[in-house]
Amino acid sequence: MEATVTTATEGKVWGGGNEPLKASYGKMMMWFFIVSDALTFSGFLAAYGFSRFKFIESWPIADEVFTHFPFLHGVDAPMYYVALMTFILIFSSVTMVLAVDAGHHLKRTKVAWYMLLTIIGGVIFLGSQAWEWKNFIAGEYGALETQGGRILQFVDGNTGKRVALHDFATATGEAENSMNANGLSANAEVTHIYTLQDIVDGFKANSNILIRTEMLNEEGHKTLLTREESAEKIKSAVLVVEGANLERNEYGNRLFADFFFFITGFHGFHVFSGVVINVIIFFNVILGTYEKRKSYEMVEKVGLYWHFVDLVWVFVFTFFYLV
Amino acid sequence: MAAHAHESNVKRIWTVFVILSVVTIVEVALGIVRPEWSMAHIIGMKILNWIFIILTIVKAYYIAWAFMHLEGEKGAFRWSIVLPLIILIPYLAFILLTEGSYVHDVLSNGFVSWDF
Repeated sequence: MEATVTTATEGKVWGGGNEPLKASYGKMMMWFFIVSDALTFSGFLAAYGFSRFKFIESWPIADEVFTHFPFLHGVDAPMYYVALMTFILIFSSVTMVLAVDAGHHLKRTKVAWYMLLTIIGGVIFLGSQAWEWKNFIAGEYGALETQGGRILQFVDGNTGKRVALHDFATATGEAENSMNANGLSANAEVTHIYTLQDIVDGFKANSNILIRTEMLNEEGHKTLLTREESAEKIKSAVLVVEGANLERNEYGNRLFADFFFFITGFHGFHVFSGVVINVIIFFNVILGTYEKRKSYEMVEKVGLYWHFVDLVWVFVFTFFYLV
Repeated sequence: MAAHAHESNVKRIWTVFVILSVVTIVEVALGIVRPEWSMAHIIGMKILNWIFIILTIVKAYYIAWAFMHLEGEKGAFRWSIVLPLIILIPYLAFILLTEGSYVHDVLSNGFVSWDF
């Protein structure tokens, strides 16, 4: 019995039970999970950087890829949409930290309301990301792929603007309902499926169509070929590519779409898990679990995770869309 | 439990929100305008990209210090979280980016044909 008594180690440094870093076990472990997760994300972003530096003179320009905004069809709106998504996530971070703050004062209703707002923000962000993916996968202009795996895009020589395949080519119908060369015919958005010959015929019939290669020129724009060079270049094309999948995409380097799906997908999965955990904690708040415990530290812990998700997005936003 | 006093931080939270919003707006505006002067290169990268990276670190600082409340944690705890990251991440980025440009040089200097 005496032994049991002496294990009550209050006041002893190494006896356990004290908190030298003034943080509870749970909070500390959440922080160290976040450290390891941060390293995972930096691994992905550094790999993206590696591939980008490897293909520095031909990497797609993000401004030209992400140009959609809801209800603004055909309007060129680079970055506005991702900026909006960034704001949604930052704002949901604010409501989360307000929930944590209300928790410190044991204000149950306030915590519940702020948690609810955070969850709504997270769901809106997920919806936005789904919309972004939908546009990315469907594609906008279409392109050709050469034997060497390079992408050739089309430009109207008179206006200098990009033209979509359906602007100058006519689908002959032969390729319809067949698995086309581009392998993307499962995409319901694409109503016409072009054969390579359709595109070549359309190119020959419209003398204003020029080809744009992946290569960036001195000013950082994609190189525009002359009509003669274009006519020569189109001979090296072997595939029609519309939209994007993990194998190839109409925007340029194949790795670009792979990294897009992988990094934003992994981040989106974090947001999704964050929303699920927030919902669980939200119900606990409503049921009064933390009221009884006289501590809202659980809210603080999921808050840490939620802010981390926001933090990662800040970096993804910079390295994928801005730089 | 927690040693720091539980005074309300609401004002601080909104201040940080305003800072984060302003920084994001500046980033987006710069990204759309892409001013001529920022296209010059410094240490292998455009000035604009350096500005973006610095602004991102500013945002990360505010999120971690204010929202994740690192500023209220004990110093030893705070730095045991932040130091490994600010040592390892630049190290990893440096190596991968250097090797990336090396591979690029090999590809473009004609030892390997990559566009046939």
